[in-house]
Amino acid sequence: MARSDHKPRLGVWKFASCDGCQLTLLDCEDELLQVAGAVDIAYFPEATRGSVRGTYDLSLVEGSITTLHDAERIQDVRRRSRTLVTIGACATAGGIQALRNFADIDDFMAAVYAHPEYIETLSTSTPIADHVPVDFELRGCPISKQQLLEVVSAYLCGRRPVTPAHSVCLDCKLRGNVCVMVAHGTPCLGPMTHSGCNALCPSYNRGCYGCYGPKENPNAPALSERLDQLGMGRAERLRFYRTFNAWAGPFREESERHEP
Amino acid sequence: MSRKTIKVDYLARVEGEGALNVTIRNGQVSKAELRIFEPPRFFEAFLRGRDYAEAPDVTARICGICPVAYQMSAVHAMENALGIEVEGQLRALRRLLYCGEWIESHALHIYMLHAPDFLGYAGAVDMARDHPDIVKRGLSLKKAGNAIMSLLGGREIHPINVRVGGFYRTPTRKELEPLAETLKQAREDALATVRWTAGLYMPEAERDYHLVALHHPDEYAMNTGRIISNRGLDIAVEDYNRHFVESHVLRSTALHSHLREHDCYLVGPLARYSLNYDQLSYLAREAAKEAGLGVTCTNPFQSIVVRSVEVVYACDEALRIIDEYQEPERPFETAEPKASEGGGCTEAPRGLLFHRYRLDENGGILEAQIVPPTAQNQPSIEADLKDLVGGWLDLPADTLRERCEQTIRNYDPCISCATHFLKLDVRHE
Repeated sequence: MARSDHKPRLGVWKFASCDGCQLTLLDCEDELLQVAGAVDIAYFPEATRGSVRGTYDLSLVEGSITTLHDAERIQDVRRRSRTLVTIGACATAGGIQALRNFADIDDFMAAVYAHPEYIETLSTSTPIADHVPVDFELRGCPISKQQLLEVVSAYLCGRRPVTPAHSVCLDCKLRGNVCVMVAHGTPCLGPMTHSGCNALCPSYNRGCYGCYGPKENPNAPALSERLDQLGMGRAERLRFYRTFNAWAGPFREESERHEP
Repeated sequence: MSRKTIKVDYLARVEGEGALNVTIRNGQVSKAELRIFEPPRFFEAFLRGRDYAEAPDVTARICGICPVAYQMSAVHAMENALGIEVEGQLRALRRLLYCGEWIESHALHIYMLHAPDFLGYAGAVDMARDHPDIVKRGLSLKKAGNAIMSLLGGREIHPINVRVGGFYRTPTRKELEPLAETLKQAREDALATVRWTAGLYMPEAERDYHLVALHHPDEYAMNTGRIISNRGLDIAVEDYNRHFVESHVLRSTALHSHLREHDCYLVGPLARYSLNYDQLSYLAREAAKEAGLGVTCTNPFQSIVVRSVEVVYACDEALRIIDEYQEPERPFETAEPKASEGGGCTEAPRGLLFHRYRLDENGGILEAQIVPPTAQNQPSIEADLKDLVGGWLDLPADTLRERCEQTIRNYDPCISCATHFLKLDVRHE
């Protein structure tokens, strides 16, 4: 990509989300103008006026699929994109709105809207990879600024991004944190959670709550047993696994094991 | 009868997805409807059955631009329900965190989303080619707001350090001190921002608004106070639902809000400024005066200047809090959960944000109600367009369309919040 004469075309796309992950790009205050110099920002409605035309060398996709219209739109985005990277828990795992997947959508609609008949929605919130092939998934609720810059520069240089796959626990050790679970008995999802935040919550005296989703091959039953020993009840454990990455495999399975 | 249609498929530089339909009949605007098609995410539904302590982190995810606002309204509502009082330095730290979000969110809107309208650019990146120093100043200001958020909140987007009763960890004086240097520079940048925005071309547009904002006797209200208006409303936050009503209309996945007695109203910087002007800091008032603003402001295009004045204030206020800071004895207050109900209202960068929760005896959420500022402003945005577009019909089609977009961006609309925005369709019949 970098070797061609034209600047790579960047597209930033939004589906069901809070806009926070695409804001992460604008939050790179020191690097934004440099990034903007290296790519042609061809579509980024949160930041600039411009229309969907042609193809994109790199597409960053935020948000999950919750409507039929969006299920069709993502196919179009995929067709136009040479490389498609999903950013954030909504795009990679369905987001907090995937809590509907465990419930009856009609109950949800009745709880919020006086006229459910005005609302067009799917009964599920699903990650982008359930709908189209995805080249790379960047996790987090929200994503990390450094990891986003790593992804963009990696694709500009034509290499795979390097994002560590270990658990939050290792980051805590690297930071020299005292383990909040061992030392204070604070429930912590760190042992199961993918690295990315630099062990933020334990550094602020609280347990990890799983923003970066499950790491590969976590030992969920062992964590549940420990949480049980700490006095965390079954219903509470179910909620613990069921937040911003509720629909991601290991979190989903472990929460389902806790269903009454 | 002549008939023409102007179309924009998706309103840019707003947070979320929406569209606008304006119908013009015999040179008169007969209809102006804002359509919001941001997919609903059902927060109020899935909050049911969650624990009261989860509300600040869950509701933060309604909006990545103003997560602190959601966290603040959520904790105040829960504390109101459970009878927790948060005073002294903990209260001051919350105000400091909110200052960070005001600076960050306002700087984002002023420089990256709104200013390009005034200067005829597609976005801030294009603007940076001709005005690099201006855009850099905006980014630097934004970064200062984010510095407060990361230090006190742990990170800029979806901070992790806010809890019902206070914080998980409070900073030491030594940790806060370096922020002061950053903020002194930010205050200079904010003053330069006021002078710069005051020099932008402002369309003439005086509107007769019903302005609604939080008011506190001792300070420019952010977290607590009574809800007041320029037409005599003066109510306690708990009485919100007796005076305001939400309705669901076909064209929007965000509920519309109205005052029972007065119909549409305006929340946000213009309302705060006009109702609480006397409580701005000396520097902020002087900057406003120098910019040619009166003690009230009802030209929606001047909201960009008013936001800049509020950034001056937020820098000043943050510096005051840091200067007077003493580490609190404990980072948070607690109370036993009980069957209860509570409401909380705070000033999000875009205006009044109301939360109400009903809890069971274990602190489980039975019912949640969230009324974001953009939902409250939807009828007012439509009223602005209905009132103002008629005077612009002589403008060339493209200019007219851009002016309509700008009218909507005056509100810094956050559609992700409101649905919890914009295709433009101007129809001449």
